[in-house]
Amino acid sequence: MNTDHKNDHYVLDMRDIGKVYYGTRVLGGINLQLKPGEIHAVLGENGAGKSTLMNILFGMSVIHNTGGFEGQVVVDGEETFITSPVEAMHKGIGMVHQEFMLIPGYSITENIKLNREITNPGLLSRIAGKRLEILDFDAMNKDARKALDKLGLNIEEWVKVAGLPVSFMQFVEIARELDKENLKVLVFDEPTAVLTETDADRLLETMRMIASEGIAILFITHRLDEVKRVADRITVLRDGQHVATKNIEDTDVFEMANLMVGREIKMTTAEVDTSTDKKVKLEIKDLYVDMPGEVVKGISLDILDGEILGVGGLAGQGKIGLANGIMGLYESEGSVMLDGKEVILNNPEKALKQGLAFVSEDRRGIGLLLDTSIELNIVITAMQIQRQFLKQYGPLSQRENNRIRQHALKMIEELDIRCTGPQQITRRLSGGNQQKVCIARALTLNPKVLFVSEPTRGIDVGAKKLVLDTLVQLNKEHGMTIIMTSSELAELRMISHRIAIINEGKLEGILPPNASDVDFGLMMAGEYHKVKGREVKADE
Amino acid sequence: MDANIRVTPPELSLVQKIKKSLVHNMVTVFFIILCVIGFYYSGLTFGFLINSIISRLVRNSFLVLALLLPVMAGMGLNFAIVLGAMCAQAAIIFVTHWGVVGMPGIGLTVILTTPLAMGLGYLTGKLFNKTKGQEMIGGLILGFFSNGIYQLIFLILIGSVIPFNNETLVLSSGVGLRTTIDLAGGMRYAIDDVWKLPFTMAGMAFGVATILHAVYRYIKGIPTLAQKPRQKKYLLSGATGVAFIAWLLYIRSGSSYINMITVPMLTVILIALMCIFTTYFARTKLGQDFRTVGQDRHIAGVSGIHSDNTRLTAMILSTVFASWGHLIFLQNLGTFSTYGSHEQIGFYSVAALLIGGASVTNAKISHALLGTFLFHTLFIVSPLAGRNLFGDAQLGEYFRVFVAYGVIGVSLVMHAWRKQIEGRRRLSQQ
Repeated sequence: MNTDHKNDHYVLDMRDIGKVYYGTRVLGGINLQLKPGEIHAVLGENGAGKSTLMNILFGMSVIHNTGGFEGQVVVDGEETFITSPVEAMHKGIGMVHQEFMLIPGYSITENIKLNREITNPGLLSRIAGKRLEILDFDAMNKDARKALDKLGLNIEEWVKVAGLPVSFMQFVEIARELDKENLKVLVFDEPTAVLTETDADRLLETMRMIASEGIAILFITHRLDEVKRVADRITVLRDGQHVATKNIEDTDVFEMANLMVGREIKMTTAEVDTSTDKKVKLEIKDLYVDMPGEVVKGISLDILDGEILGVGGLAGQGKIGLANGIMGLYESEGSVMLDGKEVILNNPEKALKQGLAFVSEDRRGIGLLLDTSIELNIVITAMQIQRQFLKQYGPLSQRENNRIRQHALKMIEELDIRCTGPQQITRRLSGGNQQKVCIARALTLNPKVLFVSEPTRGIDVGAKKLVLDTLVQLNKEHGMTIIMTSSELAELRMISHRIAIINEGKLEGILPPNASDVDFGLMMAGEYHKVKGREVKADE
Repeated sequence: MDANIRVTPPELSLVQKIKKSLVHNMVTVFFIILCVIGFYYSGLTFGFLINSIISRLVRNSFLVLALLLPVMAGMGLNFAIVLGAMCAQAAIIFVTHWGVVGMPGIGLTVILTTPLAMGLGYLTGKLFNKTKGQEMIGGLILGFFSNGIYQLIFLILIGSVIPFNNETLVLSSGVGLRTTIDLAGGMRYAIDDVWKLPFTMAGMAFGVATILHAVYRYIKGIPTLAQKPRQKKYLLSGATGVAFIAWLLYIRSGSSYINMITVPMLTVILIALMCIFTTYFARTKLGQDFRTVGQDRHIAGVSGIHSDNTRLTAMILSTVFASWGHLIFLQNLGTFSTYGSHEQIGFYSVAALLIGGASVTNAKISHALLGTFLFHTLFIVSPLAGRNLFGDAQLGEYFRVFVAYGVIGVSLVMHAWRKQIEGRRRLSQQ
């Protein structure tokens, strides 16, 4: 490993980088220096600002369409202003994307040479210009072969990418970057997230091999043991701030976890409920959910009567898939028992009828009828599922507008929904108030168990507290069992009695809300069992 | 490092292979069966059928081939070729009015129609770039809309605002064109009549070409697509070529009606050139860009391909080719409905392409040619079959309309169904 570079030459130097989106500061005071041949890990939770930083480095349009960024980017000693990914490529900055930038219908060669195809002049190109030159597949195959050989990848270069194992796709991406001659900096965006352990090991070796050729590597990840194994230096971001930059020898996994999660803000945590005689309300056994990007791979979990269970974990690990799967919104498999009765999966109507209710994370997409009034939004599911608020005349039915209005007014008052009246359309409401309408609708069903996903996403701080308070109140006053999924650990710890952490589609463990930052950090990174070396009992 | 994993698809038994290819080609198989049944009940002689099909195949193929480029660029089936057809028709009307006949007339029409089609193709492309994902419905509506403008020009402005003094073309009121325009004595058969060969001769030439192609590919493979030499399918296509020649020799030895059939060779050569161009184009950098944009606009953009410009190019090329194709179409037909011809060819060409097994995302030359063949077979036999089966001439006419529009619906549904079946299989394999 090239731990020590005595010279002060940086191949990439990002100085005092900041970014403001629509008046909200998402990034500030970030400094990042890369020496040739070093592996530099960037650590941080979801929303810590890693992606924004990379978007700035690659000149993505999302940055430039929202007013650019603050600070300087210096590549190889020369201040640059990168305005597009292609420009970044010309400057020698490459990226191995988390969601692969590969075209499945193309061969490996075609993908490696994407928009850098080698061409020969042909008949038409003499008349109509360079773009009509013929592709030289022989030369392209040779180049692709060279890049693949460098990675020790023994696969024919003309095989189509569709159907390749995920790890191969990852290596094809790397081969594409290596094929670019002037490559100086290579960014790996969570490269091991989709790999098995052996594949991940190979990838790490490859990274070291690439670094030994003098290419600097920026390694974005949340797997701390991998960082410990390959990185030379680390930079930790938290809430858009630069927390620390350290040499790897000067730190350990515990400190890294602490730096990643640790909140300086004081926060309240829910009391730990020690009573053990509670009965199981919802019993999940071996649940598999095929939700794209949030796959659940076999979770077994008991939810106790009258508790608030927090479900946490990093994005893409499957925590969102849990509620969506049980509610029948995505294809799922396994067994879920409510009060000892089997819940029928893959059928939202049945799930609702059995007394489950769901406040979706996709508020504006599937949570609300945006151009419909508040009152109708509140009662519509109850009308559909439980035939509430309806008068029957034989086969025909009619809405009872009076009762709907009364109920809506009651809800508006109870949940403190700020609006001009029950007939206002929900599109005009603020995020927090929209969320409350969603909750009101779920409550109208009188559910036995309430699922709430990302209740505070996209709403401001004040409204956050109100929404969380509402949940606590429901739980305390009505004894409602609530399962709250959230990316924000802090808010889970504020209201939940127990917190289940999902990692790689499986239950990593359950922690009490007052467990230490380090434990949460380790669990979310999937390192808990490796480090602690013991099984965590689900009822701990 | 050790990475000797080979990615080979699981071995399939013969039955599985047949089943898989049947599912994969179910649209085409369905229409082949329909054609065979239709032919049986139509009571037509084989010779007559071949004659009709050849004349229609030659007429329509170029237009169907014009649909391929937009599919490659991921823009779906280009219903907006109607605009290209309009350009061609407008040019033909003026050239007929000026009295330029024969090949010079065709030349002048091409000179007039090409810049016009380029302009309209550019505008269509601009519109499609603003309505991404809705190109097909957008093109359909655009066709109807531009038909309005076309009618305004040729029904109202001609003779009133645009001076146009021609008794045979203009209505007796002096304003607006007649509903049908006759090209007899003008550009009718101008391309077709340049060089004609008996069908048996042309067929044998085609057979020899097939055999040569098969032998060449069998020995060399397709290195660019990493297709190994000695593929069995080329043996098959070579054998088909031999059988075809043998059959033609047999026909020539007798006195069949088929011996009387002639093929307009120049038109066939133009179609062949179009095929060669499309193949060649697919191997150019621009062709690769088309495919990249068609597969994934986002990835194309990130790799620095201007997807909007690429799509624009696809539309311009397609519209220009469509206008040329319509010119070939009309000179063969010899007469056209002033206000309806262009509107029809959009549907007919799309239907033909779909029957050939193309889908909204994948269309090849073979799809276009096979589809045109099947579509016109069905078009010829279905009215007669309908009449013979139900004993009513009206029903026969109904069948013709059903064929034209019904097949688009049926084949789209079948493509969707096929995708579903294949998707389910993929899931169960995982």
